[in-house]
Amino acid sequence: MTGPLGGVTCYVPRDAAARSVGADEVAEAIVEEAGRRGIELRLVRNGSRGMCFLEPLVEIVTDEGRIAYGPVQVADVVGLFDAGFIDGGRHRLGLGLTEEIPFLKGQDRRTFSRVGVIDPVSLEEYQAAGGLVGLRRALELPGEAVVAEIQTSGVRGRGGAGFPTGIKWKTVLDATSDQKFVCANADEGDSGTFADRMLMEGDPFCLIEGMTIAGVVLGATEGFVYIRSEYPDAIATMITAIELAYLHGLVGENVLGSGKRFDLAVRVGAGAYICGEETAMLESLEGRRGIVRAKPPLPAHAGLFGKPTVINNVLTFASIPGILAAGGAAYAALGVNNSRGTQVFQLGGNIARGGVVECAFGITLGRLVEEFGGGTRSGAPVRAVQVGGPLGAYLPASRFDVEMDYEAFAAIGAMVGHGGIVVFDDSVDMAHQARFAMEFCAEESCGKCTPCRVGSVRGVEVIDKIIAGVEREANFELLEDLCELMTDGSLCAMGGLTPMPVRSALSYFPEDFDR
Amino acid sequence: MEASQARRYEPYSEAEAARLIDEEKSQRGPLLPIFHRLQGHFGYIDERALGPIAEALNISRAEVYGVLTFYGDFRQSATNATTIRICRAEACQSVGGVGLLAHAELALGIACGEETGDGTVRLEQVFCLGNCALSPAVMVEDRLVGRVTPERFDAIVESIRATR
Repeated sequence: MTGPLGGVTCYVPRDAAARSVGADEVAEAIVEEAGRRGIELRLVRNGSRGMCFLEPLVEIVTDEGRIAYGPVQVADVVGLFDAGFIDGGRHRLGLGLTEEIPFLKGQDRRTFSRVGVIDPVSLEEYQAAGGLVGLRRALELPGEAVVAEIQTSGVRGRGGAGFPTGIKWKTVLDATSDQKFVCANADEGDSGTFADRMLMEGDPFCLIEGMTIAGVVLGATEGFVYIRSEYPDAIATMITAIELAYLHGLVGENVLGSGKRFDLAVRVGAGAYICGEETAMLESLEGRRGIVRAKPPLPAHAGLFGKPTVINNVLTFASIPGILAAGGAAYAALGVNNSRGTQVFQLGGNIARGGVVECAFGITLGRLVEEFGGGTRSGAPVRAVQVGGPLGAYLPASRFDVEMDYEAFAAIGAMVGHGGIVVFDDSVDMAHQARFAMEFCAEESCGKCTPCRVGSVRGVEVIDKIIAGVEREANFELLEDLCELMTDGSLCAMGGLTPMPVRSALSYFPEDFDR
Repeated sequence: MEASQARRYEPYSEAEAARLIDEEKSQRGPLLPIFHRLQGHFGYIDERALGPIAEALNISRAEVYGVLTFYGDFRQSATNATTIRICRAEACQSVGGVGLLAHAELALGIACGEETGDGTVRLEQVFCLGNCALSPAVMVEDRLVGRVTPERFDAIVESIRATR
């Protein structure tokens, strides 16, 4: 579309996943070629649309809407210009209108409504796309009313534990203290999960708005975003966005002119998976070893520096502005049973169409893997999918009928977790995957409690013996005993959930342990 | 794409370390930010910095050391090698990540956690880089690379060596 200045607008994502397959080089080549042809072109580095299999995905703005091409490589750029792609011309990489691509059209983007659509570091575009409506409403309402709205929405913690967010916020609201804190857990260490990263890189103001709402409503004047060091792009984008937020008075001493103060800063992790556990994260923020704390006290009562602290996952905070803008009831209208609203599922591993699928709870695992994901990338049959990260269960295709619902998953010894789904084809050896679960726990355990610290090491040894065929029956019994002990006796989810992938591998794929 | 960011770090200087510590120490929970700042500048955390940090934060040297050694990111010896981290987590395993790591160790002649004899490349394992739909994933310094085949890995190493 010809803009006011006569140029065309072209989008090439700045998302780390898109960059990992050449988006920077493609963007550079497009600008260069446009210059050579005397075409006035406005390049926007947006977030990713979440269709990772099409990255780098190039979009051009036309009168009909945004038209997509992908996956584009540098070698394709001259051809795209020859085909008149700046007017939406036909090309073999052409995908038509972005919004009509089946992978995207079948979704219900709420939390991710702006990701991939806007310039992530433009507060102007953020507001034009519905940003700050939630915060303005929160500033007008009494704190109790905001918390009630969140309780009405039924939203639960998206980090994995699924604790009702409204109850957590109510606890912090009711706590009296001279100081309270807001912490976003952006230590997204679970394999197969990348939605936090994509949100921070694609719509950072949404996280800032969600945290600011928590701050002004709960009376917390300071917030921290704890981001893992493995996410340098997300760290850079969040720092830039927070600087802009200060500049425009969205955060700082006078939030949107309300007279309320909320300061926000990014803190960077240092390669410890356990710091994704909320109390270990608090220890890390305080400058100590990331060792898990015993609960109680709950962080809502005595969290960061001993003060009442609301800790939520990135996606939980990011869902708050939308809930306040449209009302809790609208959010609660989506989903099933006690799993309300939408979840941002992530399809990864050996999958044909990997990426982000946001839709209401209640969609079956099979629809996600087959309809959206298109089965395996290798073309071989799906043998197992691991849902909910490295501590989640391995499920066979015969379980594809299970609906994405916290309780339905718990009922079959699995968990929805952070919504990550990793697909394996028939070449996978499930005994090795079970061994890896124990090995990972041994590697990343904080070491505070014995069931996790020692149990995981013993778990590797026992599984090795089973694989080697040494006293198989006795060792199966020992492994089951160990799993029970770790589940019941560990201080946190690290040791407590490591048996989940192990046990699911044993019960669904016993043949792999008997070769 | 062939990422080849050779990083050059400053040699350790006590005066410079003291300045960096001073700049970070007044924030809440300053220890990790101090470590990040020092490592970003010198490439590692020199043992000589532990005393000044302890003094600045009014904690024991043992506590500073304890925190330093808990976190896998912090190095305790100087390096000017380019760090390549290979993901070992499940999503990458499902599409050949284990084979890629084995290839890398063989091609470089070192194990994870080691540096090549010429000091150009350091190899490390990592559990998830958040690129699970474009696995296997590798990170070269702070640049993410997706769908890495053994051939692509070799090209990355070659480009690192070419810039030295």
